[in-house]
Amino acid sequence: MKLLITLVLAVLISAFGCGEESKGDQSSSANNSAKERIAEKLGITVFELDNGVGPIKEKLQISADIDKIMAESGKKIFDAKCVQCHKMDERYTGPALRDVTQRRSPEYVMNMVLNPQEMTQKHPEAKKLLAMYANQMTFQNVTQEDTRALLEYLRMEANH
Amino acid sequence: MLKIKLIAPLCFAVLFIIALSACSENGSTPGTNGALDTDAAEKVYVAPGEYDEFYSFMSGGFSGQVTVYGLPSGRLFKIIPVFSQYPENGYGYTPETRPMLQTSYGEIPWDDAHHPELSQTNGVPDGRWLFINGNNTPRVARIDLSTFETEEIIEIPNSAGNHGSPFITMNTEYVVASTRFSVPIPQKDVPISSYKENFKGTLSFINVEQETGHMNLAFQILVPGFNYDLAHAGKGPSHGWAFFTSYNSEEANTLLEINASQNDKDFIAAVNWKLAEEYVKQGKGKEYKSEYYNNRYNNESHTAVAEKKEKVLILDPKDCPGLIYYLPTPKSPHGVDVDPSGEYIVAGGKLATVIPVHSFSKMIKAIEDKDFITEIYGIPVLKYESVIAGEVENPGLGPLHTEFDGNGFAYTSAFISSEVVKWKIGTWEVVDRIPSYYSIGHLMIPGGDSQKPFGKYLVSLNKITKDRYLPTGPELCQSAQLIDISGDKMKLLLDFPTIGEPHYAQAIPADLLMDKQKKIFELENNKHEYGVKSEKDARVERKGNEVHIYMTTTRTHFKPDNIEGVNVGDKVYFHITNLEQDWDIPHGFAVKGMRTAELLIMPGQTRTAIWEPQREGVYPFYCTDFCSALHQEMQGYIRISPRNSSTKISFN
Repeated sequence: MKLLITLVLAVLISAFGCGEESKGDQSSSANNSAKERIAEKLGITVFELDNGVGPIKEKLQISADIDKIMAESGKKIFDAKCVQCHKMDERYTGPALRDVTQRRSPEYVMNMVLNPQEMTQKHPEAKKLLAMYANQMTFQNVTQEDTRALLEYLRMEANH
Repeated sequence: MLKIKLIAPLCFAVLFIIALSACSENGSTPGTNGALDTDAAEKVYVAPGEYDEFYSFMSGGFSGQVTVYGLPSGRLFKIIPVFSQYPENGYGYTPETRPMLQTSYGEIPWDDAHHPELSQTNGVPDGRWLFINGNNTPRVARIDLSTFETEEIIEIPNSAGNHGSPFITMNTEYVVASTRFSVPIPQKDVPISSYKENFKGTLSFINVEQETGHMNLAFQILVPGFNYDLAHAGKGPSHGWAFFTSYNSEEANTLLEINASQNDKDFIAAVNWKLAEEYVKQGKGKEYKSEYYNNRYNNESHTAVAEKKEKVLILDPKDCPGLIYYLPTPKSPHGVDVDPSGEYIVAGGKLATVIPVHSFSKMIKAIEDKDFITEIYGIPVLKYESVIAGEVENPGLGPLHTEFDGNGFAYTSAFISSEVVKWKIGTWEVVDRIPSYYSIGHLMIPGGDSQKPFGKYLVSLNKITKDRYLPTGPELCQSAQLIDISGDKMKLLLDFPTIGEPHYAQAIPADLLMDKQKKIFELENNKHEYGVKSEKDARVERKGNEVHIYMTTTRTHFKPDNIEGVNVGDKVYFHITNLEQDWDIPHGFAVKGMRTAELLIMPGQTRTAIWEPQREGVYPFYCTDFCSALHQEMQGYIRISPRNSSTKISFN
């Protein structure tokens, strides 16, 4: 059981990719309590620290295989509502997104799309990005379903 | 004035509050605070970040626009362009919005807007639309209250000075409009002195489609050549009737100040519009050739279309017995207001010494009994004594307009004596009065012309401010005054200056509008001919000497932002789509030397700026609406080559 928790945490931490906390040699419980302290200080939950603040409040079931149909529909949405700020491989109005699904958890990506304002106010990583790019990411009037499709498209692009 | 204010507290040498209340007791001195409530500040204070209780829509009068203020704070939220061009956002300048100002006389950049009127369902404001009249070139506009934008303007033919307008029936079946000036109908070249022979008035009934709000001129009624001033539709028992004041029953055509004030009584015309509908069905109307425009704006094409109409149906009372009756009313009546029950019809006889109140049920009985004193141009005139319910004595000088609080009281504005007079319906006795600073025209109670007034506040709409504000050269502001009517005594709470002339206003509780506000225009529904739905489709196309730039805008860049291959002599169209889909992120656009207004483009909207470059060079364009930290980076260049150059179109 303890092993499982350690594994899950290790995965989450690497997905979150927040340098300070991923000190591999620390015990899982120490890690856990360190995260709890950080989250408490920030006024968010540990789940939110790993997965972003927004309507996605629990881990999603995501198959390792890419759903190509969903990814294609995500591409259409991306081209209409996101491409004016994000390219895959170059910094533009916002960050390049080729590897975003490797850097962030799927839930984090979706919360950032669905709830950018609160994310940049509350989440330490999103706050950093706001400072770096000096532009508030906007909500682009997308549904949760649209956002899931966008995630699938970004997952597909990560493999290209 | 300053002296008085300083001396008073010193003399009384007591607490400031006592001094203030002492001041208010001396309220008759101009420039003092009148019947100022001692805790007025608390009653109008809306803390930072909190909301007002009411939206108030005020006409801009000669500004041609509508302004939106919060009550009780008196804070200005928005100016809605209606009849006048508005360079601040491009209204009336862009190809998308210019058709709104089209008339049978061509494009007109201005009008005089007087009476905002909220749509109603079952006699109560419902928050769908706001209508307002254009006086000078007769028109009625409809503003959508989810976008706060003008969506439609209809011109009214056979009318001159569309003052008695736009007053609605209790389910917004019709917007009614009467002509202030009588004119030859149809227009023709006749001597002005042939007034009595040739001049006529019209009363117009504009049908409103309930789903869309679209207005259609259903029919007009030809009436004698008087001046028709104001109107109100019946409600409750009087639903199906509309009442129009008239003056100049003398039919004078010169020096009306004397010649139109001869008769002891003029008339309120009571029109049975349900019967008019029957006559229309029976084919009693005659088609007149009348040119007018009906202009509609579409929120998906983001473009207005001006449609020319050619005909109108006119009913002549001669062919339609029972259509109109005249209620004799002293003396050059101005306002006509129907109380919440629908029984009482109150006239503001601006030269009269009393306020006459007609009874609807007595009117119906008098009609049944044929209790007529005479006929004028075939229209029966009812006997005054048979229709009058009561007269309010000593109502102030120059009574104009009346609104109601829903608790059995009426409030009348008195222009000449600058005051609001409160009186009781039924006993007709004056129970309170409060000064206005100065020269009140209309007054307004939220829902005060409906079946269920929301009460609480009254706004006095004043023409003159003289010594009330810091002076600003020869032209001074006009103003509104907020009065608390929740108690027995009216209490002055607040003065605030207004844009243009706040001729009339209506107000509605904030919660009826707040939740229905449109935040963005959905990009997927954008059907603009030149809109682009993805930055990937941004491009430049040449068609002869026209260059169409399909541009997108987002925080914080334009695409394309470098354009070459355009020559002197070309006509450049910047079609700009704002790709943002979040609330409150408009972008602006202007290019150096552009001889038109800037654009403001709401999220998901497309707007076009037309530019005819005159000189070669490289011209910057930029975002004019501060949008973000990198707003100052939001810019681009367009290169202009000499006439007939062969520089190829290129862009990035």
